[in-house]
Amino acid sequence: MRLDVVLRVVVKLLLPFILVFGFFVQFHGEISPGGGFQAGVIVGAGLILYAIMFGLDLAMRVVSVRAVEKLVCLGVLLYMGTGFAGMLLGGNFLDYNVLSYDPIKGQHLGIILIELGVLFTVAGTMVAIFYAFAGREK
Amino acid sequence: MISTQLLDQLPALQVCLPLAGAALCALIDRRYIAWVLTTLISFAMPVIAVMMLIQVMTVGPISYAFGGWEPPFGIEYRVDVVNGFLLVLISVMGAIIMPYALRSVAAEIARNKQAWFYCMYLLCLAGLLGMAITADAFNAFVFMEISSLSMYVLIALGRDKRALVAAYQYLILGTIGATLYVIGVGLLFAMTGTLNFGDMAERIVAVEQSRPVLAALAFITVGMCLKLALFPLHVWLPNAYTGAPSVATAFIASTATKVAVYLLLRFYFSIFGAAFVFEDLPVTPILLVMSVAAMFAASIVAIFQGNVKRMLAYSSVAQMGYITLGIALATPIGLTGGIVHLFNHALMKGALFMALGCVALRIGGCRLDAMAGIGRRMPITMAAFVIAGLSLIGVPGTVGFVSKWYLALGAIEAGWWWLAFLIVGSSLLAVVYIGRVVEVAWFRAPTGTAAEATDPPLSMLIPTWILAAACIAFGLDAGFTAGVAAEAADALFAGLRQ
Repeated sequence: MRLDVVLRVVVKLLLPFILVFGFFVQFHGEISPGGGFQAGVIVGAGLILYAIMFGLDLAMRVVSVRAVEKLVCLGVLLYMGTGFAGMLLGGNFLDYNVLSYDPIKGQHLGIILIELGVLFTVAGTMVAIFYAFAGREK
Repeated sequence: MISTQLLDQLPALQVCLPLAGAALCALIDRRYIAWVLTTLISFAMPVIAVMMLIQVMTVGPISYAFGGWEPPFGIEYRVDVVNGFLLVLISVMGAIIMPYALRSVAAEIARNKQAWFYCMYLLCLAGLLGMAITADAFNAFVFMEISSLSMYVLIALGRDKRALVAAYQYLILGTIGATLYVIGVGLLFAMTGTLNFGDMAERIVAVEQSRPVLAALAFITVGMCLKLALFPLHVWLPNAYTGAPSVATAFIASTATKVAVYLLLRFYFSIFGAAFVFEDLPVTPILLVMSVAAMFAASIVAIFQGNVKRMLAYSSVAQMGYITLGIALATPIGLTGGIVHLFNHALMKGALFMALGCVALRIGGCRLDAMAGIGRRMPITMAAFVIAGLSLIGVPGTVGFVSKWYLALGAIEAGWWWLAFLIVGSSLLAVVYIGRVVEVAWFRAPTGTAAEATDPPLSMLIPTWILAAACIAFGLDAGFTAGVAAEAADALFAGLRQ
């Protein structure tokens, strides 16, 4: 993969910022536009950009196909787990009020947790779709 | 204390357990563990559903506020007799098929995809149960998509290359159906400002005669009729059922279209109201013509099929005609017939497709000419096929007779005695196509692979026979099925409005 040096350097410089911005959208999404879906797309796009610039093999060494599959499932399980936690603590499914001693804190915590689950699943799915299409020639 | 708390959580558990189980199956990605997990969860489902139905019958409808947000603002899960009955049906079918699945899936699906098959199976189960249990029009759409998307995958996992085409065709048509539904819901939301079924039912009265509401009714009717495969909108069904793996066909054929019927019933009776739909608007003649066309056209096409699975798929289209006929009659007896047939058809089609799955396990396919003499080599399997087939025809003593009896009663009560003759006439067509299979399977000498076939292992025979026996048991004593169906019909006519 001997692509343009400028592109590769710029992508290397940009990648950390893309990922940090993704997590910013995730954690700030609770009180401003954003959230797990958008954050997941940004994180996924970062990984896909890396794969486009440095090749599929290198990208798959960073995040393997198996890891991506696990990430998708873990995201769903984190979401469901938050729901079941609400249930075990005496509320209904996905009731965040009971997650903490203070209902408002509980709502914060619940939203962050399920949005984190959404982030995992969306980012994983984006990358999985990219891998599936990009890896078809092999 | 803990037990009452658990009882309160049953509606959420009904949907969330299979959903979480699906993610676990995919995460673990070991086919045997996935099967054990799926079996455990699908066995828990009927327990939950029956407990809820008992609660509904004794105490009254259950309402569950998702996430603690009170309805109508939050998503509400609401179980009454109608969907309680349906939940029992779906979850029982889902559980009976699981022991059967182990061998059948092992034979029909690539090793590395088996865990994903169970993942998709649980997703589909969760989607169907969710569609049935929710009292939120948009939430129903989301679950419809969950069940449909997983169904496309289940179908595409079939061995035959044509399964991919079938899954794609279903994907396009299923998406159109879901889109029409969501357009209808959007129009209703614009007019009423709510998505909660109960709330919508109350608010729709003021805007009933407006054009958007009429358009919404039309969109939802066409969308749901596509999903339930009413006659001219059925083209996706035969290919999908034929191409899918045996387990998927048995499960989808006995549950998926039924849930679409339920949603249509919910909108017609609980939201729009029976008087508006059937008295102010010409829904009865439209549905009646389509249903009768389905009963005859699909049965006639079924007679000429060379593949038995395909034949039964066309027969499913015909049987859906009986169910929509019950809706079209719009009388308590007719509707009871429709709902009973919904349950009964699930039993007999489940048994028939599972018997065919056993045949496919032994001879590798379901072509009629390859099944010559199979009855002599696989007598126990084919006996179950014959019993369920008799049920499909509607022989007295089987479940098919019970539902057709109610439908004919409903037709005569409405003064349409000719309709009763049509019901009997279309049953005669079922005699022809079931008779063809019976003739080939029992009265010809076994040839080719059929000559070496033997009855499948017990893990497959017992579930098949449970369903076949249920066809007789509920045919001889229709007290439970017809009783609950009659209560469901009454509840539908009473409506959701307080």
